[in-house]
Amino acid sequence: MSARTLSEALLARAAGRRDASPGDLLTCQVDKCLATDITAPLSIEVFRRMGARRVARPDSLILVNDHFVPAKDIESANFARAMREFAKEQKIERYFEVGRSGICHALVAERRLVSPGEIFVGADSHTCTAGALGAFATGVGSTDLAAVWALGELWFRVPETVRVVLDGTLPAYVTSKDVILRILSEIGVDGGRYMAIEFAGDGLAALPMEARLTLCNMAVEAGAKAGLVPPDEVTARWVAETGGTLALALAPDAGARYARTLPVDLSRLEPLVAVPFLPSLVQPVRELRGTPVDQVFIGSCTNGYLTDLRDAARVLRGRRVADGVRLIVTPATQEIYLRATREGILSDMVEAGAAVTTPTCGACLGGHMGVLGSGETALATTNRNFRGRMGDTNSRVYLANPWVAAATAVAGTICLPEDLP
Amino acid sequence: MKPGALLRGRARVFGDHVDTDVIIPARHCATLDVDELGRHAMEGLDPGFPSRIGRGDIVVAGRNFGCGSSRETAPLALLGAGVGAVVAASFARIFFRNALNVGLPIFECPDAVAACGEGDALEIDPSQGGLTHLKTGRAFPLAPYPDQLLRIVDAGGLVPYVRRRLGVD
Repeated sequence: MSARTLSEALLARAAGRRDASPGDLLTCQVDKCLATDITAPLSIEVFRRMGARRVARPDSLILVNDHFVPAKDIESANFARAMREFAKEQKIERYFEVGRSGICHALVAERRLVSPGEIFVGADSHTCTAGALGAFATGVGSTDLAAVWALGELWFRVPETVRVVLDGTLPAYVTSKDVILRILSEIGVDGGRYMAIEFAGDGLAALPMEARLTLCNMAVEAGAKAGLVPPDEVTARWVAETGGTLALALAPDAGARYARTLPVDLSRLEPLVAVPFLPSLVQPVRELRGTPVDQVFIGSCTNGYLTDLRDAARVLRGRRVADGVRLIVTPATQEIYLRATREGILSDMVEAGAAVTTPTCGACLGGHMGVLGSGETALATTNRNFRGRMGDTNSRVYLANPWVAAATAVAGTICLPEDLP
Repeated sequence: MKPGALLRGRARVFGDHVDTDVIIPARHCATLDVDELGRHAMEGLDPGFPSRIGRGDIVVAGRNFGCGSSRETAPLALLGAGVGAVVAASFARIFFRNALNVGLPIFECPDAVAACGEGDALEIDPSQGGLTHLKTGRAFPLAPYPDQLLRIVDAGGLVPYVRRRLGVD
């Protein structure tokens, strides 16, 4: 048996094979599959066209209301209704209704809907977030997802792997968001195209699960098929908290072949910002100081976790959002919303002048609850700053970590917490 | 995609990293109506695109076409707008799968992209794996699909493939 990367090991097992090499096309059993209110309706329509009547494995399905919820208009209400009725018809237990839900990728991690070692596909490109748990997790379209519902399996091309080795510890106000932005600036938005990004190194141990979710979340921004963190003690603790299982967890073999190895010295990083219109156009915050913004958004599957809200609240506590600036905060799940409420984080934010919303993908993708108008500029803790991503074609989005976002909301211009009076 | 059907159209040229947010902004995605999606195709880069192009025109783009979101409404919007095919220097992986699954012909050919100008007449022969730039007569070979994909393409897309697997047809 040749030495395998984590992706090769996971895909080989799911295909019932000993080995897998980059370029192999494998048919794999899919352990869990995800759709949301915005992608499920097309999958349902395709599922019917496929002549399928019952999903192959109802316990593998995860259906989450998150994108345009609570319904932003009649069309999205009807989309959500289609998914709700399908869940009922197919007796899907893991259906998450508004008020008991959250942004799907955050929910998957929080509720341990996916376990280390599993093959997980989702009709949402940020499905790769769950690679933080050591699962092989990747985004697909609605038709591929319908095929998984019908057959319980899907074909995969085994990706080459880029190994990112993290060393050292992060300085103040620097987070894993800056790590992934640094990687994107180095390899570009297609530098990981068709590849897996596997994280390694001593620096990983100090990164909590939330920080790892952020790292893997933006692997797709490099074009990658998956981002993966091999399971370790942090993973084991996270899984143990709600009785999840490590039964399928695998590690990469020593001597596995990598397409490229990228070392990152965490201790030498500084807070970064991705400027319009690509997540790979990265500059240090210090070079962008003074850039005015109309809106700051803190949330999303990238940075809507409790740790992110805590960081932002530390900056906002006792301060006020600048005149002429809107701060919108969206906790990623109901559980995070509740815990942030109990910790007093949200009252600190509301007192500072923030608008706190119910969990949704809304603002991040220009859907609702924070859409930008023509000529407006936002700084957001999200993952994409493509043209028109958060609203009008003539709006602009800067991407940064929650420390920078909170400080920018207070100053009204891009800055660091240490710049505030 | 019907294997063998000849594709002819004028080149509609775009740059690198054309993302799915500009191909079809999320706010237009709460519909399954392909014609409605088509009315907003490429809105983020060129709002007049659907009315300007001819049926069967060929989108010619640079690297990493279709990057970003997994929305299958992106290839559907291009189909709805009347786009006959996409030729790019490279494709983002989810878009690549989605396009084949919904029957939008796509071809990776950096040399052809470099040789094409806006409005140039092109002819693609998928069965022979070739693209011809009609004005200059230059011919470009197109990379064949991998076997697993050919089985899906030959079945007429993923829907007929699954129907066959389920024994429906």
